[in-house]
Amino acid sequence: MASAEDVKQGFMLSKNQRAGLLSFLSAQGILVFFLISMLAFSLFSEQFLSQSNIMTVVRQASIIGIIAVGVTVVIIGGNLDLSVGSMLSFSTVLVVDLHDKIGPTNAILVMFAMTLLIGAVNGFLIGFMRLNSLIVTLAMLSAIQGLVLIYSGGQNVDIANQGDTWFAFFGRDYVAGIAVPVLLFGLLAVIVQVVMSFTGYGRRIFAIGGNPVAAVYSGIRKNWCVFSTYLISAFCVACAALVLGSRVMGSQNNVGQGYELLVLAGIILGGTSLLGGAGSIWKTVIGVLILGFIQNGLLLMGYPYYAQWLVTWVIIILAVWLDLAYKRKHLFTTHS
Amino acid sequence: MTAMTQNAEARPVLELVDITKRFPGVVALNKVSFDVRPGEVHALLGENGAGKSTLMKVLAGKHRPNGGKIILEDEERVFDTPKEAKRSGIVLIHQEQSLVPEMSVAENIFLGSTPRKWGNRVDWKRLHADSTEILERLKCDFSSRDLVSSLSIAKKQMVEIARALVFTPKIVVFDEPTASLTDHEKPVLYDVIRNLQAQGVGIVYISHRMDEIFQLSQRISVLRDGEYTGTVNTAETDEESVTQMMIGRSLELDHASKPSEFGGPMLEVRGLTVKGVCSDVSFTVRKGEIVGMYGLVGAGRSEVAETIFGLRHYTAGEIRLDGQVVDFRSTHDAVTSGIALVPEDRKDQGLVLGMNCRDNMTLAGLSTVSSFGFMKSRDERAVYDRYQQAMKIKSPSWRQRVGNLSGGNQQKIVIGKWLHTHPRLLILDEPTRGIDVGSKAEIHALIKELARSGYAVLVISSEMPEVLGVSNRIIAMYDGRVTAEFDADNVGEDQLVQAITGMTGSTPQAAGAVV
Ligand SMILES: Nc1ncnc2c1ncn2[C@@H]1O[C@H](COP(=O)(O)OP(=O)(O)OP(=O)(O)O)[C@@H](O)[C@H]1O
Ligand SMILES: [Mg+2]
Repeated sequence: MASAEDVKQGFMLSKNQRAGLLSFLSAQGILVFFLISMLAFSLFSEQFLSQSNIMTVVRQASIIGIIAVGVTVVIIGGNLDLSVGSMLSFSTVLVVDLHDKIGPTNAILVMFAMTLLIGAVNGFLIGFMRLNSLIVTLAMLSAIQGLVLIYSGGQNVDIANQGDTWFAFFGRDYVAGIAVPVLLFGLLAVIVQVVMSFTGYGRRIFAIGGNPVAAVYSGIRKNWCVFSTYLISAFCVACAALVLGSRVMGSQNNVGQGYELLVLAGIILGGTSLLGGAGSIWKTVIGVLILGFIQNGLLLMGYPYYAQWLVTWVIIILAVWLDLAYKRKHLFTTHS
Repeated sequence: MTAMTQNAEARPVLELVDITKRFPGVVALNKVSFDVRPGEVHALLGENGAGKSTLMKVLAGKHRPNGGKIILEDEERVFDTPKEAKRSGIVLIHQEQSLVPEMSVAENIFLGSTPRKWGNRVDWKRLHADSTEILERLKCDFSSRDLVSSLSIAKKQMVEIARALVFTPKIVVFDEPTASLTDHEKPVLYDVIRNLQAQGVGIVYISHRMDEIFQLSQRISVLRDGEYTGTVNTAETDEESVTQMMIGRSLELDHASKPSEFGGPMLEVRGLTVKGVCSDVSFTVRKGEIVGMYGLVGAGRSEVAETIFGLRHYTAGEIRLDGQVVDFRSTHDAVTSGIALVPEDRKDQGLVLGMNCRDNMTLAGLSTVSSFGFMKSRDERAVYDRYQQAMKIKSPSWRQRVGNLSGGNQQKIVIGKWLHTHPRLLILDEPTRGIDVGSKAEIHALIKELARSGYAVLVISSEMPEVLGVSNRIIAMYDGRVTAEFDADNVGEDQLVQAITGMTGSTPQAAGAVV
C-alpha cells in the first residue's frame, strides 16, 4: 500500500530547479503549449489560422463552453457534475420535439423548466441529502439517458419546417457579425465570472469548495449553496440545448453523449482544480478554446476522429499531472 | 538538574548557522543561528510570526533556506525533503496537525515507514503491536485501530507525538505540543521528553507558556521578527528578562478591569441534554458579563457551544436568547440571531486556508460588507485593517493566503472574523490557543471591552489563569454535566480542580450567591 506520505514525498523529491520548471510550466504551460501547437498546426495546414476557420472553431466550441461555464461553478464549490451530457441530450430532444407540437416559445419554456428540474434533483441529492456528487451525477447520467429513450421511443426527432421558424436564431444567426452561440457563450461567461468574483454568493461558493466545514461554521447555508450550483449548471445546459437544437433542427437521442468529458477536459485544461475552492470562468473559457483548436488542428492534419480523442486525453492527463505536481509543491513545501 | 551541568560543555549535535529564509514580502529568518546539545531541552521563544516554526521547518527539510548552513554531527548537510531529514534522525512534531484522518492510528504513526513482510506487503500484526507499545508508553486510552478522524484534538496530538517515537531520533522538535493538551495530559508529555533526554536525544521545545519552558528547558533562545536575539541558560534568567528579549520591552499586563455592570440574561440554558454528549446543563450569561467555562478536554464544553450555535440538536431542555426560546436548525440561523462562535480548531473549523486574510475575516459577516449582493471591497479592506491593527496581526498584506500565516496570527484572524459580526452573544472556544503572551493580554483586554459595551461573552478555556483572569463567573464541567459554579474573584484553584475532575458534591452552588 502506498501511503499518503509516500505520495507526498515522491513529489517533493524534485530538486529546486525541477520544481521551478514545474511551477513555471503549470502557471504558463497551458499557454506555451497552446502557442506551440498552434504554430505546429499552422505549419501543417494553411487553413488553420484563417479567419473563417478560427470563427468556426470558436462557434463549435461554444456549446461545450456554455456548459463548462456552469460546471465550473459546481467544481469551484467542491463537487462534480457528470450528468450534463445526457441532460444535453434530454433538453435538445425535448425542445426539438415540442417545437412543432406547442410552438417555439412554449417549447423553450418547458425545456428550461424541465432542465432546471433535473438540476434541482441533482442539487437536492447532493446539497441536502449530502450524497457524493460523483456517484449521484454518474447515476443521473445513465438515468437521464434512459429517460430520453423512453420519451422519444428510440426515434430521432426533428423539426418539420426548418425554413421559417425564428427558433433558428439561436444556432444559426449572426448579430453584428458574431455568431449567436458565441455571443451567448461570451455573455454567460461574463455574467458568471462577475457573480463569482464580485458577489457574496461567489465568495460563499469559493469558501465551501475550499473548506466546507469552516464554511458551515461561518454561518453559510452550505446545502442551499450547493443546491444552487446545480441549478446554474442546469441553466447553462438548457442554453446549450437551445443552441444545439436550433443548429441541427433535429436530434438523435444521444447527441449529448460524451459532452460531460469534453466539458471536464476544457475545465481541466484551463487549470481550474478539481479539488474545489479555486478556479475561474476565464480559465475555463481559455481551456475550452484550446480544446477546440487542438481538435480542429488534428482534423485539418487528417487524423481520424478517434485519434483526436486519444490525443486530447493524453494532453488532459498531462495537464492534471502538472496541476497536481504544482499543488503538492505548494501544499507541502514552499516556493522559495 | 544534573543533566544540565553534564551537558553544558557537551558539543552540540546540531548547529544551524546564519540561516536566512525569505518568503514573498517577508523575511522570515535573517541570519539566525541556533544549536542543540545532546540530552538537553532547548526552548525556542518568540512572538507570533517571529520565525520559530519556519526555522524548525528549515531544519526538518520542509523549507529550503536562502542562506546558511545546517551542521549535524560536525557534517554540513542539505535536506531536500522531510524524509531525508527524518532518516538522518531529525523529527519535527508540527504545530498544525498533519495526520491522515481516514487512516487508523497505527497507520498514521508509521506513515512512510510501515513495516513490511516479504512481497512488500504491510505487516499488520507488527504494525499494531509496535503502535500499541508506543501508545502504552504515552498512556493513551485509545486503540491503534481507531480511526484518527474519531479522536479528539488532544488525542490527535498524542498520535502526532507517538510518531516521533518510532525511531530513536537524534533531534526531536516539539512545536507548541501542549497548545491542545490539558493539564491532565501534560505530565505524560513531560515524561516522554525527559525519557528522550535521558537517552541523549536533543530536544527543541517551542511554546508560549513560560511555566512549561522554565520547568523543562536548560537553555532558552529567543527570536524577534526573524532576528536572533540571544541564548540564555534557564537557571540564570527569569520570565521578565526573557519577555524583554522577546518583545523588546517589558510586558504590558492585562490591566483592563473586568466588566461590572450586567443587564438582563442574554443566554439562558436550562436542562440542556444532547445524547451521548451532555446532560442537564443549565447556566445563564447576562448582557455585559463574561462567563468562563472550565473543564477537561472531553467534558462536553465545546459540544454545548456547538449546540447553542445550531450545529447539534438537543434532545431535552431549552435555550433562550434574550428571552426568546430558540432551536436553531442551522449555523446560519444562529449567526443571523447574533451568535458568534470562535471554534476550537482553527485549521478545520475556523479558516479557509486557501483564501486570503481579508476574505477569511469577512466570511461570517458578508452581508455587512456588501450591498445588493455585491462586495464592497473598500469596506472589506476597512474591516481587515481594523482588526489587523487591533490585534497586531503579522501579515505582509491582506492578500496573503491565510495558510501562510504563522499559527498565532491565523488564530487572530479567526477572532477578528467573529468580532466583526458584532454578535449579541460571543462564544470563544480556546480563544488564545497558540497566541503569544503579549497578544494574549491584548485579546483579553479586547474581550473585556466588548463585554463592557454590552456583549454577553462565554469563554471556554482549559487554562486556569485565563478563566480566572477574564471571567466574572466560572462554570465547571465534568463528564457532560455542570458540576459547580463560582464567582471568579473568590475561588481557589483547588476548588476548581476538584470541580472539573468530578470530586465535588454534585449540587451546583446557587448562581444567585455570586451576584
Ligand atoms: N509558507 C509561507 N509563505 C509565506 N510566508 C510564510 C510562510 N510560512 C511562514 N511565513 C511567514 O514567516 C513568518 C514567520 O512565521 P512562523 O510560522 O515561523 O512564525 P512562528 O514564530 O512559528 O509564530 P507562531 O508563534 O504564531 O506559531 C510569518 O510572518 C509568516 O507570515
Ligand atoms: Mg509557529
